[in-house]
Amino acid sequence: MEKSDFHGTQLQAEQLTETINRLKSEKGCLMHILQEAQAIYGYLPIEVQSMIAEQLNISLSEVYGVATFYSQFSLKPKGKHRVSVCLGTACYVKGADKILAEMEKQLGIKCGECTEDGNFSIDSCRCVGACGLAPVVTIDEDVYGKLTPDMVKGILEKYKEN
Amino acid sequence: MTSEQLKKIHQKYSDLIKIRKVVQEEGEKLVKDSKYRKQVLVCGGTGCTSSQSLKVIEQLEQSLQELEIEDVLIVKTGCFGLCALGPIMIVYPEGVFYSQITPEHVREIAQRHLKNGGKVVKEYLYQGTIAKDGSIIPFAETNFYKKQLRIALRNCGVINAESIEEAIGAGDYLALDKVLNEMTPDDVINEITASGLRGRGGAGFPTGRKWSFAKASNSREKYVCCNADEGDPGAFMDRSVLEGDPHCVLEAMTIAGYAIGAKQGYIYVRAEYPVAVERLKIAIRQARAYGLLGRNILDSGFNFDIDIRLGAGAFVCGEETALIRSIEGHRGEPRPRPPFPAVSGLFGKPTIINNVETWANINPIILNGAGWFSCIGTHTSKGTKVFALGGNITNVGLVEVPMGTTLREIVEEIGGGIPNGKKFKAAQTGGPSGGCIPEQYIDVPIDYDSLLEIGSMMGSGGMIIMDEDTCMVDLAKFYLEFTADESCGKCTPCRIGTKRLLQLLTKITEGKGEEGDIEKIEELAYHMQQSSLCALGQSAPNPCLSTLKYFRKEYEEHITDKVCRTGTCKALATYHIIAEKCKGCTLCARQCPVKAISGSIKQPHVIDNSKCVKCGLCMENCKFGAIYRK
Repeated sequence: MEKSDFHGTQLQAEQLTETINRLKSEKGCLMHILQEAQAIYGYLPIEVQSMIAEQLNISLSEVYGVATFYSQFSLKPKGKHRVSVCLGTACYVKGADKILAEMEKQLGIKCGECTEDGNFSIDSCRCVGACGLAPVVTIDEDVYGKLTPDMVKGILEKYKEN
Repeated sequence: MTSEQLKKIHQKYSDLIKIRKVVQEEGEKLVKDSKYRKQVLVCGGTGCTSSQSLKVIEQLEQSLQELEIEDVLIVKTGCFGLCALGPIMIVYPEGVFYSQITPEHVREIAQRHLKNGGKVVKEYLYQGTIAKDGSIIPFAETNFYKKQLRIALRNCGVINAESIEEAIGAGDYLALDKVLNEMTPDDVINEITASGLRGRGGAGFPTGRKWSFAKASNSREKYVCCNADEGDPGAFMDRSVLEGDPHCVLEAMTIAGYAIGAKQGYIYVRAEYPVAVERLKIAIRQARAYGLLGRNILDSGFNFDIDIRLGAGAFVCGEETALIRSIEGHRGEPRPRPPFPAVSGLFGKPTIINNVETWANINPIILNGAGWFSCIGTHTSKGTKVFALGGNITNVGLVEVPMGTTLREIVEEIGGGIPNGKKFKAAQTGGPSGGCIPEQYIDVPIDYDSLLEIGSMMGSGGMIIMDEDTCMVDLAKFYLEFTADESCGKCTPCRIGTKRLLQLLTKITEGKGEEGDIEKIEELAYHMQQSSLCALGQSAPNPCLSTLKYFRKEYEEHITDKVCRTGTCKALATYHIIAEKCKGCTLCARQCPVKAISGSIKQPHVIDNSKCVKCGLCMENCKFGAIYRK
């Protein structure tokens, strides 16, 4: 396990404790708590996992096991803007790999990485279900469909300054 | 709420809904008794909201206000199916179908059409609804809709999915009322069994039998689960049902709870479907408030409640034992069966798990009877199937057809054929667990068994159409990348098998294939099928085996001749300059990192393929389109 630069605040810790107390009576609550914890911190560093393990009175390995099993959970911080390229079949058949390559080229990072300024991260995802618009990319909450590689640069521009 | 109150709401809203289901003349009669002169339905499914349909609705509201139109009802519905043409807007009672509309179009449509005495704005209509003589064809008569039979999707794109009144008006909860008042649990199970309904999630297990096993299991606690972890990339029918008619799933699960003796249900849904999750939450809240979930449902003394559990992105969780582990809050790893979940499932209790589309079929069967349902479809596969049609096809979208419809009907008539004048090569069904259907089987009636016979499977209903430009080796590699990534790692044949299979396929697509590789693939595939723990590993070699079966020659070309006939596999491609188009600008020669391009200024250049490293820079940079890859 890598050591991470963890900068959690007191407020976040309180939110986490409140969430755990609210959910811990629910059967099979661990996943739900991890989802909420990721919403609070943006990712699930080992420190957060420890806090959850301690407060639920289960082993850290169990928390870590679940956190690493599901692709939605991230142990590393993500960029301010999250680019997600759909690599579902419908998008793939329509050239999603070329869109991903162009994204990587424009941002100078690989899929799964975050730019040095922390502004962008790229991930691939499995089918957002907007197959009618293939190939599709989502940036934060925005969906961009029917893309061609030459459109990528212009779209990224919109997110650069703010 | 009591049975009588439910029927009252149904009556009150059913006329409003009916206008959206009948032909224009009848609709116009109904409109006279309604307080709304027109109803405008705008699709609020994920496909259309991704193309800004919510802005369309906003603009519509604003325009109606500006024009002081008060007798037009705006309805945000679920998916209409024709996602490629979104955002979609339908105006009743005319039943006209506007496609690819923008807020600007809306302003004009409000002005010219929705105003009292207005006329249809023909230039914004879906082109398929305009006949050669300029007259308007009702959209139900167009090629896309004509051959469809909507049972599971009956209310998708018809009702406001966030309104329980509209859902009841469209018939939701009437089946539950019938079950609680007139049927014993055994009656329910017998009806479902007699209908011949088989699970729509992939394996096609008879639903009635599954329920009878769970009923027979002795336990005070039992569970009903809905599998909405639609993992097949390219399938989105479950999402559309949840977005378009969430109440039908809640109702069907409650019926199952009554039949098997369960009091609690869980819907396990992908977190990647935020719209569906939100609508489910709204629906559950409404159903509880109306007394259609919770204690003493419809005053019958029966208690049942439903909670949502969010998935977190793991394909294997579509497998029922893995899904159970995940709801329990653990790593979603499958376990050997037996015991089957109907005996020992969630929290060790008897559990039934059905897929969303299966649930969507329950209520019509209860209301119309098993006899009605079993008349539809083929001998072994009853009813309809929803397919998510995608890939190289004109009408990308969601279609529901009777079992036994041929691929040709789906591709050529409903799907509108292959765009850009290309030729049909194959259809992929069953996603990463399925296989492809080549052109020679385009006339095979599609059902569970016929697909298995030709080496594919029904799967959850993703249907990706591929044209002649798709490389089948690359396609197999794409699916193996998926399964290798999604393999949970619990059993060795799947964990290592998928990796090795992927390595072999990668090697072939990179032009490093050797004689004997195909045989290695086949042997490895056999062992994975025989010894993997769950369906993910057992079926992971399918895309590879079925492409080998029908497109073996393409594999051989890659290995022996080092040629990819579609130009997809970059390492095998060669670049060429079209002499007539080349202006001799020297840009490509200057860009080439290995100096493989020669020629003098203003003279056509030539690529030396023995030096070329296939980086593609020349083609990317050529301003005259004079370079092509083959």
